[in-house]
Amino acid sequence: MHLVLFAIFAALCLAGAINLLVQSHPINSALSLIVVMTSLAVLYLLLGAEFLAIAQIIVYAGAVMVLFTFVVMLLNAGREERTYGSHAAKIVGFPAVAVFLAVIATVLLRAQGLGAAHLGEGLNAAKSLGAANDSSNLVVLSQVLFHELLLPFEVTSVLILIAILGAVALARHEGAERTAEK
Amino acid sequence: MNGSLFHLWFIPLLPFAGFLLNGILGRRLPKWLVTTIALLAPLLSFLFVLSAYVLVMPGKDPDLRHGLIQLPFVETCPQPWLAVGALHIDFSLVLDQLSLVMLLVVTGVGFLIHLYSVGYMHGDPGYARYFSYLNLFLFFMTTLVLAGNVLVMFVGWEGVGLASYLLIGFWFQKKSAADAGKKAFLVNRVGDFGFLIGIFLLLANFGTLTFSEIAAKLALMPYWTGGVLTAICLCLLIGAAGKSAQLPLYVWLPDAMEGPTPVSALIHAATMVTAGVYLIARTHFLFDRSPYALAVVAIVGAATALFAATIGLVQNDIKRVLAYSTISQLGYMFLACGVAAYSAAIFHLVTHAFFKALLFLAAGSVIHALGGEQDLRKMGGLRKKIPVTFWTMTIAVFTIAGFPPLAAFFSKDAILYAAFLQGTAGKALWFVGLATALLTSLYMFRLWYMTFLGESRSPDAHPHESPWSMLVPLVILAALSVGGGWIGVERFGAYLAPAVGEYHAASTIPHLEIILSIVAVLVALEGLLIADKFYRRKPERPAQWAAVLPIGYKVLANKYYIDEIYSAVLVKPLLIVSKYILGWVVDTAILGGLAWLLGGLANFAGMILQRWQSGNLRSYAAWLAAAAAALLFFALYFSGWSFSSLHAEPLNKISHITVLHFGEAR
Amino acid sequence: MNFLQQDVPIDWYLLLSAALFSLGVVGFLIKRNLITVFMSIELMLNAVNLSFVAFAQQWHAVKGQIFVFFVMMVAAAEAAVGLAIIIAVFRVRATLAVDRIDRMKL
Repeated sequence: MHLVLFAIFAALCLAGAINLLVQSHPINSALSLIVVMTSLAVLYLLLGAEFLAIAQIIVYAGAVMVLFTFVVMLLNAGREERTYGSHAAKIVGFPAVAVFLAVIATVLLRAQGLGAAHLGEGLNAAKSLGAANDSSNLVVLSQVLFHELLLPFEVTSVLILIAILGAVALARHEGAERTAEK
Repeated sequence: MNGSLFHLWFIPLLPFAGFLLNGILGRRLPKWLVTTIALLAPLLSFLFVLSAYVLVMPGKDPDLRHGLIQLPFVETCPQPWLAVGALHIDFSLVLDQLSLVMLLVVTGVGFLIHLYSVGYMHGDPGYARYFSYLNLFLFFMTTLVLAGNVLVMFVGWEGVGLASYLLIGFWFQKKSAADAGKKAFLVNRVGDFGFLIGIFLLLANFGTLTFSEIAAKLALMPYWTGGVLTAICLCLLIGAAGKSAQLPLYVWLPDAMEGPTPVSALIHAATMVTAGVYLIARTHFLFDRSPYALAVVAIVGAATALFAATIGLVQNDIKRVLAYSTISQLGYMFLACGVAAYSAAIFHLVTHAFFKALLFLAAGSVIHALGGEQDLRKMGGLRKKIPVTFWTMTIAVFTIAGFPPLAAFFSKDAILYAAFLQGTAGKALWFVGLATALLTSLYMFRLWYMTFLGESRSPDAHPHESPWSMLVPLVILAALSVGGGWIGVERFGAYLAPAVGEYHAASTIPHLEIILSIVAVLVALEGLLIADKFYRRKPERPAQWAAVLPIGYKVLANKYYIDEIYSAVLVKPLLIVSKYILGWVVDTAILGGLAWLLGGLANFAGMILQRWQSGNLRSYAAWLAAAAAALLFFALYFSGWSFSSLHAEPLNKISHITVLHFGEAR
Repeated sequence: MNFLQQDVPIDWYLLLSAALFSLGVVGFLIKRNLITVFMSIELMLNAVNLSFVAFAQQWHAVKGQIFVFFVMMVAAAEAAVGLAIIIAVFRVRATLAVDRIDRMKL
């Protein structure tokens, strides 16, 4: 069962990614990326990370990609133009990617200690918290998040606040500000 | 002044202070102040030297039997100059009898010439500069004389060469003067090269450069003669020949007459050119060990004396005649050194300073009187018009000719007598010296007749007597020329004995000295008579003689073409090498090519690297990806293609710290 | 039946993650539209997230999932700011072609 699901959704991921590369209009690329995100959410479920799967759908597919689509439509981006290109990108970049992929694959295929994905065995929180072994994923996650990593959590929220402010400051229309001042 | 306040270093430093003051501030100071500073420096130095002389004299008190200060009086700076390994050289000044005598001459005659210059250089725009250079010269000369080791002496040696260059080329706007300055410096350089080789040899063989230490080391080995000592002496001789204008390095001295006449008097008659003789006298302990070197010195001296005298016979510029006369008299001093009669050489040095300075200063007075005329053929009939100059110059001319009881009679005779005593070769040298004496008398009286007697050959001139500042030194020097020799070479030699060795000139033939003196006086008289005949009674005779021996006259008048020979053999090839080989090949092609190459390389590399910063996002991304892939590849390659063996200790530590820290914040 | 009951080996997830990452890099290199390039960056981030979750499952450590959580947060913030920058750039340069935005050079 898991294998079948994995096969289908992995194929969807790859298809979406390749489509992203192949399409010339950015909106098509955006939609393909949504497909990739959603498939990844399913894969997270298969790996026992329920909370993350939902978070992926809500945050990534639901917010970030929508933002992308908004910007595409806002800027009225059309089909990609044929510009002069970059020789370095092809000559240097593709071999780099190939090497990278080959290296990772080699290492992974030689790795001894990797097993299979068993669901239902539970996750370990930090030992000091003493969570029960069969707590749900959400409980364990939140226990670690709000106990050990409370400060990084709060800092992240500050970071998002800063990002909002930054985005507003960067994207603000100059003319609207001046007319607003008058 | 008592002994404890006496410091040797005042003597050089006072002129140096004068040099600095006049050199830096001179142009802004009023003329009287410049003059005062310039005159005070040598005067104070001279008074110091006099006080040294007084302090040395034994006092009436039995405790002071040897004087308040004893010679040799050494002053060394507590900080060594060079202390490298085994080499140890100090700034040391030494006063002994030889340097005391020399200093009396240098500062005394120097002061008189400074006084003379006040009048002579009165209207010159470079007044302050002139006196600063003169003081600089005095500083270096006193350093040279007082030096306690060869290196300090070399400093003074080079320094007087520099001062000479500056003063010869004083009127540097005139090309001939600038060229003459350069020539003097360059020829001196050749001599200095020999001197330096000598210094190196001294250092290699003795390990020290202090005169007293070298003498002491030599005294320990009484059988060490010849060999490397000859080499050292010959190298020192080259240096001395350069500075004292002996063959073959004399060519700069006639040209040096381009400088102001007081400069010629001070530097090129009385003091600087005698530095070579002083050097040989100082290092006499080396020369005494090398009969070969002494022979070379004597031959060089005698040959130069004769050679210069023959040229001086036909010169028409009053200062040129005196220049060749200087070369000739220096030849006498070298001859004296060559026969190991160092005291006689120094004696002649002292008397020569008196009468030669007097000759030059009087010539300057004549030139000043005639408004700049220096050609003998245009002078004449000045006897009644400038009487003081006439009488002082007359005394000088009779002195140099060697008439008793004037100064040079005693000193010249001492030299000729010492030469005569040295065997057959000595007698040959004596004969050369005698012939030179004849020529000396002849050309000096020629000069005397053509300048002062007869009818004036330039009727437009209005000669006027010089101001008192120029006449007083003339009179003083004339007095010294008259009485300077009466001390006698015996007592002089006895005084100098601690410094230059015993003076012994005694012969088995009785009255030999008196006989030789009479011969010399007769020769001088002969010169006077010939000059009288040629230049007073029958003035057309010289022209007839010249017509009879046209080639001989021409050779003499053109100074044996030595300058032309040097120019063709030495100077021109050097210029060609400099211009073409060093100029084109080395400078332009090799060095310039190298610079061009390096610049081109940098340019080229820049051009290539510039492409990398194209601003193109994709190319940047490509290089990023390539670098990341390479890093990953090499990291895994070196740790066996597995993630677990990648050393991540630092990362583990960081994560532990983060975990532990926030674990507490519960 | 046996075949379908099998569990998925972890390294397949990791290989998928590597493949997605490489595709993201390739997209970064060959796409000419600025927004599409940005999307490729998001793809790369997601690939990394997948490998984190896989390892978290492998070693039963929830820390991996927490890391993914934070990555998501930061990626969202980054997407917001990045798109704002793209808008600002578009206003100035009036083009979204990556090759035309090359002012940062010598």
